[in-house]
Amino acid sequence: MNSVPRSSVASAFMVEAQAINKSFGRTKVLTDVTLNVGAGEVVVLIGPSGAGKSTFCRCLNRLENVDSGRVLLDGEELPAEGRGLARLRAEVGMVFQQFNLFAHKTVLQNVALGPVRVKRLPARQAEEEALALLDRVGIADKAGHYPAQLSGGQQQRAAIARALAMRPKVMLFDEPTSALDPEMVNEVLDVMVDLARDGMTMVVVTHEMGFARRAADRVVFMADGRIVESADPESFFTAPQTERARDFLSKVLSH
Amino acid sequence: MDVVLRHWSAFTDGMTTTLELTALSFAGALLIGIVVAAMRVSPVPVLRGVGTVYVESFQNTPLLVLLVLFVFGLPEVGVIFPLFTTAVIAIALYEAAYIAEAVRSGINTVPVGQAEAARAIGLGFGQSLRLVILPQALRAVVQPIGNILIALTMNTSLAAAVGVVDLTAAANRVNLLEAQPIPVFVGAGLGYMAVCALVGLLTNLIERKVAIVR
Ligand SMILES: Nc1ncnc2c1ncn2[C@@H]1O[C@H](COP(=O)(O)OP(=O)(O)OP(=O)(O)O)[C@@H](O)[C@H]1O
Ligand SMILES: [Mg+2]
Repeated sequence: MNSVPRSSVASAFMVEAQAINKSFGRTKVLTDVTLNVGAGEVVVLIGPSGAGKSTFCRCLNRLENVDSGRVLLDGEELPAEGRGLARLRAEVGMVFQQFNLFAHKTVLQNVALGPVRVKRLPARQAEEEALALLDRVGIADKAGHYPAQLSGGQQQRAAIARALAMRPKVMLFDEPTSALDPEMVNEVLDVMVDLARDGMTMVVVTHEMGFARRAADRVVFMADGRIVESADPESFFTAPQTERARDFLSKVLSH
Repeated sequence: MDVVLRHWSAFTDGMTTTLELTALSFAGALLIGIVVAAMRVSPVPVLRGVGTVYVESFQNTPLLVLLVLFVFGLPEVGVIFPLFTTAVIAIALYEAAYIAEAVRSGINTVPVGQAEAARAIGLGFGQSLRLVILPQALRAVVQPIGNILIALTMNTSLAAAVGVVDLTAAANRVNLLEAQPIPVFVGAGLGYMAVCALVGLLTNLIERKVAIVR
């Protein structure tokens, strides 16, 4: 038993969050949150403000420390800190509400930084790959621009390209369209839908129910730091099982 | 002013020493200051503590006291450097505390989100600092660091008190010979002013040159 190769014991899940508990001071934000995401699965996390969606998302690559519980990526546990954590984080792409592009670097440099500095790719190769990714998200013509010279939607697509450049095993999105003007929401969602179709494993926090219907394999509803309901989009939107979910849906779908 | 012209070489020698003292101690202060600032924002509590103690001790000690301690105290414990080197070290250590605080305020201007994005792509703390945070932090504090350099230039004159023959010491010597304090020290003062004006110009130039597109 002790010499079984890792691949044969590796879990069937790409991401496993096991019984995550997290408090900020005396506020309990996550209570025993367990979520397994299969390879290629797209999970959309929804729930009222303050439910703990962002916190949970950040726990998945340990930007946030957990009080207890484990996070596994492709069967390997993320350590709390150090080089081992940095190495595994590189395999988890993250897209933030505020884009968080590096302001002093061009879009191309933003995308190539990780591959050069973390994966030690030669600069030329990293830049070629970066350009190809920028092309894929539709902003190849902005490669030489600085983030501040781009619209919000373009910045967010650049941020997606930056995350993809690390060839992540999973992509985390925390309200990627919430800071965007309405007319720019779709250009970002379209990129995400394409990613989903291409088989990327994704965890997406969003208020865009349209995206959930179009791309999600599973909708997970959180409230008060717990997972309350988890179902495929069709059943979730047409027949939510809990009062909390029904109440939430009536609010977000009615306007 | 012909007293200055008569002792011109004494003044230029003094000026050269002042410039060397300024340049070397500033280079040292910049280096140490950035390291101390990095310590103060590091995730390791011990490093943060050391950084804080450093800044508090050097910021709250008069430079003259430091110079006297280093020049006369170090040989007592068997550490012997040439006088000029000792003065450079003392001034660099002192000014580094101010640089560290300026750089730290620069670090605080960089949005936390960018540090998180850096970590999220797998950069370690040192890499994030070096590649993402510091390049932006330093751009934000060109002006304050220029001001520290101006203060440092003036502060080098304290080295005259421990025997370094800089511009101030040269003026002092000429005055002992000629007893004309007004023209002699106005001459020296103009020398300091010229250096500081140049620093000011350079600061503005650099600040514009490295500005981040916002
Ligand atoms: N750094 C922090 N320090 C203290 N409390 C925090 C911190 N971050 C989040 N919280 C609290 O944790 C709870 C969950 O926050 P979180 O941001 O995870 O919610 P969310 O579901 O993402 O909400 P939203 O839809 O508004 O983004 C909230 O009560 C929030 O105030
Ligand atoms: Mg949130």
